Amino acid sequence: MSKVTGRARFADDLSFHGMLFASTVYSQHPHARIKKVDMSKAMDIPEVLAVITPDDVPGSNGVMRGFLVLAGEKVKYVGDGVALVVAKSETAARKGRDAVVVDYEPLPPVLSIDDALKSGASLVHEDKEDNIISKSRYQLKKGDLERGFAEADFIVERTYETQFVAHAYIEPEVVIAVPDFNQEFMTIYGSIQNPFSARAAVAAALGWSVGQVKIVQNAVGGTFGGKDECAILNACRAAIASIKTHRPVKLSLSREESMVEGPKRHPYRFNFKVGVKKDGSILAMKSELIAQGGAYNNKAQFTNWRASIHATGPYNIPNIETRVFGVYTNTIYGGAMRGFSSPQCIFAQESLMDEIAQELDMDPLELRRKNALSPGHTLPDGQLLGEGGLPAPLPDIIDNTARKFKYSKPAQPQEGSVKKGIGIACGFRGAGLGAEAGADATGAIVTVQSDGSITIVSGLTDNGQGLKVAFSQIVAEVLGVSLDRIVYPTTDTSIIPDGGPTVASRGVMIGGRAMEKAALEVKKKILVVAGEILQLDPEKLTIENEEIFSPDNPEKRVSYMDVVSRAYATGQMLAALSWFSTGVPEFDYETGQGKSYPTYSWGMVITEVEVDTETGLVKVNRALSTHDVGTAINPAAIKGQVYGGYVMGQGMAVLEDIEQANGFVKSKNFDEYLIPTAMDIPDIDVLIVETGDTYGPFGGKSVGEPGTEMAAASVANAIAQATGRRIRNLPCNLERVFLGYNLTRQGTAR
Amino acid sequence: MVPITLQVNGQEVKAEIAIHERLLDFLRNELKLLGAKEGCGHGECGTCTVIMDGQVVNSCLILAVQAHGANITTIEGLGNTEELHPLQESFIEHGAVQCGYCTPGMILSAKNLLDKNPHPTRKEIQRSISGNLCRCTGYQKIVEAIEAVAEGRKGR
Repeated sequence: MSKVTGRARFADDLSFHGMLFASTVYSQHPHARIKKVDMSKAMDIPEVLAVITPDDVPGSNGVMRGFLVLAGEKVKYVGDGVALVVAKSETAARKGRDAVVVDYEPLPPVLSIDDALKSGASLVHEDKEDNIISKSRYQLKKGDLERGFAEADFIVERTYETQFVAHAYIEPEVVIAVPDFNQEFMTIYGSIQNPFSARAAVAAALGWSVGQVKIVQNAVGGTFGGKDECAILNACRAAIASIKTHRPVKLSLSREESMVEGPKRHPYRFNFKVGVKKDGSILAMKSELIAQGGAYNNKAQFTNWRASIHATGPYNIPNIETRVFGVYTNTIYGGAMRGFSSPQCIFAQESLMDEIAQELDMDPLELRRKNALSPGHTLPDGQLLGEGGLPAPLPDIIDNTARKFKYSKPAQPQEGSVKKGIGIACGFRGAGLGAEAGADATGAIVTVQSDGSITIVSGLTDNGQGLKVAFSQIVAEVLGVSLDRIVYPTTDTSIIPDGGPTVASRGVMIGGRAMEKAALEVKKKILVVAGEILQLDPEKLTIENEEIFSPDNPEKRVSYMDVVSRAYATGQMLAALSWFSTGVPEFDYETGQGKSYPTYSWGMVITEVEVDTETGLVKVNRALSTHDVGTAINPAAIKGQVYGGYVMGQGMAVLEDIEQANGFVKSKNFDEYLIPTAMDIPDIDVLIVETGDTYGPFGGKSVGEPGTEMAAASVANAIAQATGRRIRNLPCNLERVFLGYNLTRQGTAR
Repeated sequence: MVPITLQVNGQEVKAEIAIHERLLDFLRNELKLLGAKEGCGHGECGTCTVIMDGQVVNSCLILAVQAHGANITTIEGLGNTEELHPLQESFIEHGAVQCGYCTPGMILSAKNLLDKNPHPTRKEIQRSISGNLCRCTGYQKIVEAIEAVAEGRKGR
C-alpha cells in the first residue's frame, strides 16, 4: 500500500543525523598495478573529510571468497574500488573522487574465455596457478557415453554462447552505515538481498564479531539475485568510513557505477556432442560448459553445479557426460541472477533440440515429446520418476501447452519480408539449493501478541517478489485467523538465526516450510489453552474463522481472542521459533549421481514472433508459459512472477548485452543497455499445472526462476524458425538477426 | 541562489535554490517528497516522473529553476491514506506492484494519460508508460490496472 502512495521508504530515502556521503574511486584499467594513490587534491576540498584506502580497513580487506573491499596492489577489472572519499555532501564526495589521482602500471588484460585458457596467459589472480576458478569444476556421468555414440545413427556437434546480462533493477545499490559507539555496534540499512551474507562480510571487514553488526533491510527496488557482492562491498566501505569518521555514512551508487561494479549473469560457452537415432531418440550427450567468471568469483561454484545437473535438459538420455568449469577474466564478473545458469543452459540445450529436429526433418514438438522424461525414466542424477519416485508431468505439459497454444508449424516459405516463427522450450528445475552447499535450512518465528496480532519473522527476505504475502497467508491459513492480524517486520539479522540467502526460489519452499512449522507449533499452543477453557481434549480441537471448537461438538466454542487473553493472563507463551532443514542430501560429486534436489519443477514455453528480415527487428507477438507449481498457493502472484520473468528472458533473447571493449564497459545506462518497455511485451498467457507434489508448504513449488528460464530459448528458437538462420550466441539483436553477426562485439573503441 | 515560486500538489512553495539544482533533488531534499526516485539520472527509466503543467517530465532532467511558476504533481499529491486515487487502488487490486520502485512514476504517467484521454486503447496505455521502466512485472498487470480504471472498473 505504501508503495502506491510514494511513502514506501527505500534505502536512498533514509537519512540520519550528521550523515556523511561517500563515493568510490574506481579503477581506470581492466588490469593494472597500482603504483601510487595521491589523495592530497581531494583532501584540499573543504567538505571532504577523509579518503579511505586498503590501509584503513581495520579487519580483513578480503571478503566473500576473494573480493576486496578496496584494491591495494592491483586492479583486476574496471569496477574495482581503489579508494573511498567521504564528504559532507554527495556533490563534494564525487568531486573528491574525481580529484584522487591514481598512478597505474597497465598489465595485459585477460578478456575472454579463450584469453584465460591460452598457455602463458597473464594471471588474473597472481596467487593462483591458472585462470580456472577453483572449485568451479563439476561433472556428471551417467551410462556409457562411448557406447551411446557407437549405437547412434548420426552425431550432431554444436557450440552456443551467451552474454553478460544485467539485473537492471530500477533501484541502484544504496547502503547506509550507522554506528553506535556506546556499544560497538553497527547497523547497515540498505538494498541488500542477503542480509546474513552482508553481516558476515561487514563484520570481517571491521574485525568484529557478526553479532555486532546488524543488517536492516528496507524496501528493496528489485534484486533478482544481484544486490549481493557489490552491495555488500559497498556496505563494508560505508561501515569502515563510518568507523573512521564517527558518523553515519551513505553510499549511493549511480546507475553507471552499479552497471560497472555490480554482478551480472555469467556468460557460458556450451560445446555439445550428441548421438541420435533416426527415429529421434537421443542416445548420448556429451557437454562441456565454460563459464566466464570475470575478475572475482563468489558464485560460479554454485551456478556451475546447478548447470552440471541441468545441462542436458529434461530428456531421457541414457548416456551422459557433462563437464563444467569457470574462468577468471579482467572483466565485469558473474554472480547470481534469476535462473542461476538455467536460462543459459536452456537456451543452448533447446537450440540444440531444434537443430537435431532440423537434421531429422522432424517437428521440434514431436522430438521433445519423444524424448521427454516420463514416469519410469531416471533423471540425469539417477533419481527415479513416476511411481515411487518424483512427479514427471512433462509429457502432459507438452501436450496441454501445444493444445492450448494451438501449436502448428507456420507454413514455409512465407511471403513478404516479415516472417512468423514459433519457438518451443522445455525445462526442468531442481528446487531450492539442493546439494549445492550441503543442507538447505532456514528458520521462522511466529509470535501471537497480547492484542491478537501475529508477528512473523523469516530468515529470508521479501525483495519485491511477494514473500510477505505468501508467508502471511501460510500463517493465517494454519492458525485459522484473518490475514489482517499478521504483522511482518522487515528482516533484521539480530532477531533470527542465519537462515541463508533468499535465492534459488527457496523463499516459499524452504522459508514457507519453516513458517508453516512455526505456525503449527503455535497452533498447538493455542489449542492447549482453548482446551483448558472448553474442558476438551486439545487434540480434538480445530480453528476456523478465529473460533476454536471440536468438530464432534461444534456448539461448544471459544473465540481466538479469548484464548489469547487467557494465555497472557495465565502466563502461557504463544510463540515458536522453528527450523526447517532438508538435511544433508546423499549425492556423489564425482559422478553427479544422487539426490541433487528433493524435487523438480517442470515447464514449457511457446512463443510466436514476427521478424522483419529487412531490419532484423523482432516483435514478440504472444507466448504461453506453462509451469508445474505443485499446488498453486496464490495464482495471481504466480502469474505476476511469470509475466515479469518472461519479459526478462525476452530481453536476454533480443536486446540485452553488456558490451565491453578491451575490458571497458560501454553499456552503462539505460540509453545503451536496453531492457524491454511496455511497448515490447507480447500477450502472455500462463498455464498452471498442479502435480500434487508434497514438497513445499501446502504442496507449493516456486515459480520465480522457472518463469524466466525458458523464455529466451523459446524466443531464439522462434527467430530461427522464422528466418531459417540459427543464431548460436545471444542476444539475437538487430545485427545478428539481419546480418548474422554482431557489429560491435569485436569493437576496439573505449 | 535564485528565488523560485511554484505550486506543488496544490500548495504554493517559495524557495531559494542553487541554479544547477535538479527538480528531482529539490523535491526530495528540500520538500522531502521522496516518492520520485532516481534510477538512472539520464531520463531513461522514468522513476523520477512528475507531472509539470499537464506534461509528464523526468524530474532528473529539469532544473528546479525551470519549474518556477509551474504546477507540479508528485505521487504524494494523489489520494491519501484514507482514500486512494482509483489508479492507486487498481494497482494494488491487480497486483501491478512488485518491488514498487517504479510504481510512483508509473501511476503518474497513467494519471496524465487518463486526464487527457479517459478511454485509451491498450496500445495508448502501453505507449503512455513506455518511458517508465519496470523490471519486475513484465508490465502486463500494470496495463491491466490502468485499463480497469479507464473502463470504470476499479474493483476486482
